[in-house]
Amino acid sequence: MREAILEVQNLSVEVSGKRILNDVNLQIFEGEVHVLFGPNGSGKSSLIMAILGFPAYRIVSGRILFRGKDITYLPTNERVKMGISVAFQNPPAIRGVKLGGILKHLTQSEKKINDLLTKVNLPVSFLERDVNFGFSGGEIKKSEILQALAQNGRLLILDEPDSGVDVENLRVLGNVINEALKDRSALIITHLGIILQYINADIAHVLMNGTIACSGHPTKILGQILNEGYAWCEKCLKIRTQRCEL
Amino acid sequence: MSENKNAALRAINKPSPFGPDLDISQYSRQPKNWEPCPISSLPKEILEKAIEVGVLPEQENRAATFFQIDHSVIFKAVQEIFENKVEIMSVKEALKKYVWLKDYWWKIISVDMDKYTALAELYWDQGYFIRILEDQKVTIPLQACLFISTDNLNQNVHNIVIAEPGSEAQIITGCTLHSTVQRGLHVGITEFYVKEDAKLTFTMIHNWAQNFDSRPRSGAIIEDNGLFVSNYMCFKPLKSLQMYPVAYCRGVNARARFNTIIYGVGRSYIDVGSKIVLQNEGCRGEVISRTIATDEAKIYARGLLQGEHSDTKAHLECRGLLLSDEAMIYAVPEIVAKAKGAELSHEAAVGKISEEQIQYLMARGFSKSEAEALIVRGFMDVSIFGLPKNLEKEIQRMVDMATGGAL
Repeated sequence: MREAILEVQNLSVEVSGKRILNDVNLQIFEGEVHVLFGPNGSGKSSLIMAILGFPAYRIVSGRILFRGKDITYLPTNERVKMGISVAFQNPPAIRGVKLGGILKHLTQSEKKINDLLTKVNLPVSFLERDVNFGFSGGEIKKSEILQALAQNGRLLILDEPDSGVDVENLRVLGNVINEALKDRSALIITHLGIILQYINADIAHVLMNGTIACSGHPTKILGQILNEGYAWCEKCLKIRTQRCEL
Repeated sequence: MSENKNAALRAINKPSPFGPDLDISQYSRQPKNWEPCPISSLPKEILEKAIEVGVLPEQENRAATFFQIDHSVIFKAVQEIFENKVEIMSVKEALKKYVWLKDYWWKIISVDMDKYTALAELYWDQGYFIRILEDQKVTIPLQACLFISTDNLNQNVHNIVIAEPGSEAQIITGCTLHSTVQRGLHVGITEFYVKEDAKLTFTMIHNWAQNFDSRPRSGAIIEDNGLFVSNYMCFKPLKSLQMYPVAYCRGVNARARFNTIIYGVGRSYIDVGSKIVLQNEGCRGEVISRTIATDEAKIYARGLLQGEHSDTKAHLECRGLLLSDEAMIYAVPEIVAKAKGAELSHEAAVGKISEEQIQYLMARGFSKSEAEALIVRGFMDVSIFGLPKNLEKEIQRMVDMATGGAL
């Protein structure tokens, strides 16, 4: 029987007293790649922050299991050490904290770091840069993927790895991610689904107003969104009390 | 010189406009007597303390060395290959040797500025004279140590540094004390003359004790195309520190830069500023300060840019990190433009460690306290100062050493 790597059960989350996730349910099995669509502000990044356990994202109800263990109230660093790797959408710049220093903390292997640098097409000198400080949009994405891969978790969480990246770099990143997914599970947030040109995803979900409105085949769902926009999902939410399954 | 004496006598009760007013009669004027000796023969503890402030016992990595303990100059020497390039000696010796030196004495700083300058004139305990000769480029740093070995001592030094035209040098000055010293007052007057086309980088590190007071008074004059870079660091607790060094960019294209890193701990009262006056065409200035206040420390971080000529430009960047609710940082950036076309700007920001940064690093597997320590250390990263690489490495090593235990 396949084992679930990540289970989000009836999760409701508040930030500063405002409800941002409502009764979210998500189950990712070993080896599965899930894609999360949703309009701006629907709660996609918030779901990731809640899975990671950022304190501002207060769990109101529900729980999060990682490989069967309840991690709902574990500190972030303990969660990631259990096997979660993450690439953020808008990571903060930290003066004086070198990218190389973070990578060394994630992996002792210098060879691995150098291999990853080559894969994402960044020079070794990049390790001396203050993390995210003055990085271009493409450099941020590369540095985040680099860190996520150095983290080497069984579950890869990628928040919009394809936004703000030019075609050339998108191809580089798409291929790197595709290769990484061969032996990992993933939850990938994508706004426009461009990353789907490079990877095979198993299931897609649409998050609307903090709740999963719809789950189904990634290309079918993306097709609907591209044709009708998220208005289609909103309509769907209103018509059906049950979640829409495409 | 009697004019100076008279002015000092009139100012001996004059408080400084900044910082707590000290009763200067509470300190002792009875030092221990130290005979001249090689640095390596000094007691181990003194050597260890000196190393902490960047003063090395081995001579090979320093072009010249000056070492003063209490009121006695115990060592001064120039490494052989730098003879005829630099001069280093006690300032009393230099004043005897060079008649012209009186034209550099109390010429940038007023003897009657406050009671501390007055004290340094009336009770003057040596100090160093460093001169980089014309067109000489000194590739490794010169060093000076001002050490206090007697509890409750008052040490007043007056230093003169001259970078002759076309010369280049780096000087590291470490001020520190013996572990048995708890109280005391250090007054340090330093006058810098950076002549045409000269480059001088001056790095000062202070390590004092919990009940110790320090009142440095320094000023620099920079001539045509000259560059003066002053780095100041203080990481250990002390009772009070107040200083407001000034650089006068007097020549065409003269440039000055002040870099300050302060880690205020315990109940330290620290009032430190940097002032740059742009007096000629093409003058440039930059003030960068990084202050961290924890425990019950109070830090006033001042900065003043004054543009007195058109076609001048300067920027002031003052950042503070507050690590405790009992601590305080008061940032006071000031700009005075006296000529049309003077471009002056400042930015000041004080805050706590960003939660977002902590969370980001925790998502990379660091614990909360590891993340905080990394961020604080990063805040004090000296690479932003644009120093020569060897000096940058050395200063970072001192920052790490000084803050290693604290973080």
